Amino acid sequence: MRLQYPASVKIIRVPCTGKVDIIHILHSFEKGADGVYVVGCMEGDCHYNTGNFRARKHVEQARKILDTIGIGGQRVEMFNLSSGEGPTFARYAVEMTARIVEMGPNPIKLAMQKKQPDRAARACERLQN
Amino acid sequence: MIVADKKPIEEIIDIVKDFRRLLILGCNECVTVCEAGGKKEVGILASALRMYFLSQGHEAKIDEITLERQCDHEYLEEIRDAIDQYDAVVSLACGVGVQFMAEKYHSTPVYPGVNTCFLGATEQRGIWAERCQACGQCILAYTGGICPVSRCAKRLLNGPCGGSTNGKCEISKEIDCAWQLIIDRLKSLGRLDDYEKIFAIKDWSTDRAGGPRKVVREDVQI
Repeated sequence: MRLQYPASVKIIRVPCTGKVDIIHILHSFEKGADGVYVVGCMEGDCHYNTGNFRARKHVEQARKILDTIGIGGQRVEMFNLSSGEGPTFARYAVEMTARIVEMGPNPIKLAMQKKQPDRAARACERLQN
Repeated sequence: MIVADKKPIEEIIDIVKDFRRLLILGCNECVTVCEAGGKKEVGILASALRMYFLSQGHEAKIDEITLERQCDHEYLEEIRDAIDQYDAVVSLACGVGVQFMAEKYHSTPVYPGVNTCFLGATEQRGIWAERCQACGQCILAYTGGICPVSRCAKRLLNGPCGGSTNGKCEISKEIDCAWQLIIDRLKSLGRLDDYEKIFAIKDWSTDRAGGPRKVVREDVQI
């Protein structure tokens, strides 16, 4: 299909979205990610039955925590699609990127850059690789 | 097990916001099973606090340790060498662990990271329910293994009150009438005769009514 989506999106493959825990999402922000979204199978189509429901709950909980500490819960999102929906995958990437651009950079990343410029640069480098 | 529930992060932040070196201390026992204060929850709270302090422009040291138990000397001793590195400890153990920690380390303030709720069982993942009130005089042998002290809202010992309707308690349609459960259970065990026995007035001195309790076992003391 040769579809395009923003180059800022880094894909991390997991066996099932149910594997994505709150701590993984929080650590991403600690390391400087501006946003995280989880793309799972359609609800009801999980190979492990409830993995994507579990992921949605984790996303909701991470969102609540991020709102509480002032990072912005909207930086986290859960999407569902089937493996045949390439165009929808690309659309979600565009949508999410637009949302994050509007929200601006992760305040943690900015604070890290201010405090420890070297550490922040290394963290960003790790995220990009 | 002792069942606890997570405290809201905003409440914990409010307690520790003036400290800069914090230890988040988990417990590997009951609070791990009820997913309130184990290693995983320690990680989440520590991560959230690290981000909170950074976003406020503060450099904070937030470390994570999870002990096997916080209600035994030998496990709490494991942090003796490290405790002076911290301004405060947030303990995710039950109230027992928090207090034992505070008794042991006088110079470091300890704050609770969970709300300790009751002695209960995991009915299903995410649902824990009270089963024991530690009254100190167990009567389960006579009530078909169902405790009227913890499961009857009125702690009645001789049958249900007038509020029992269709097997439910009058305080909520969600709560089973303990005495209905007891009678049904005794019936299925063929032991309804036990229901006919009248309980004498219970000695509540072994419950909280008698003040803080202690078990002294000379046979196991060294």
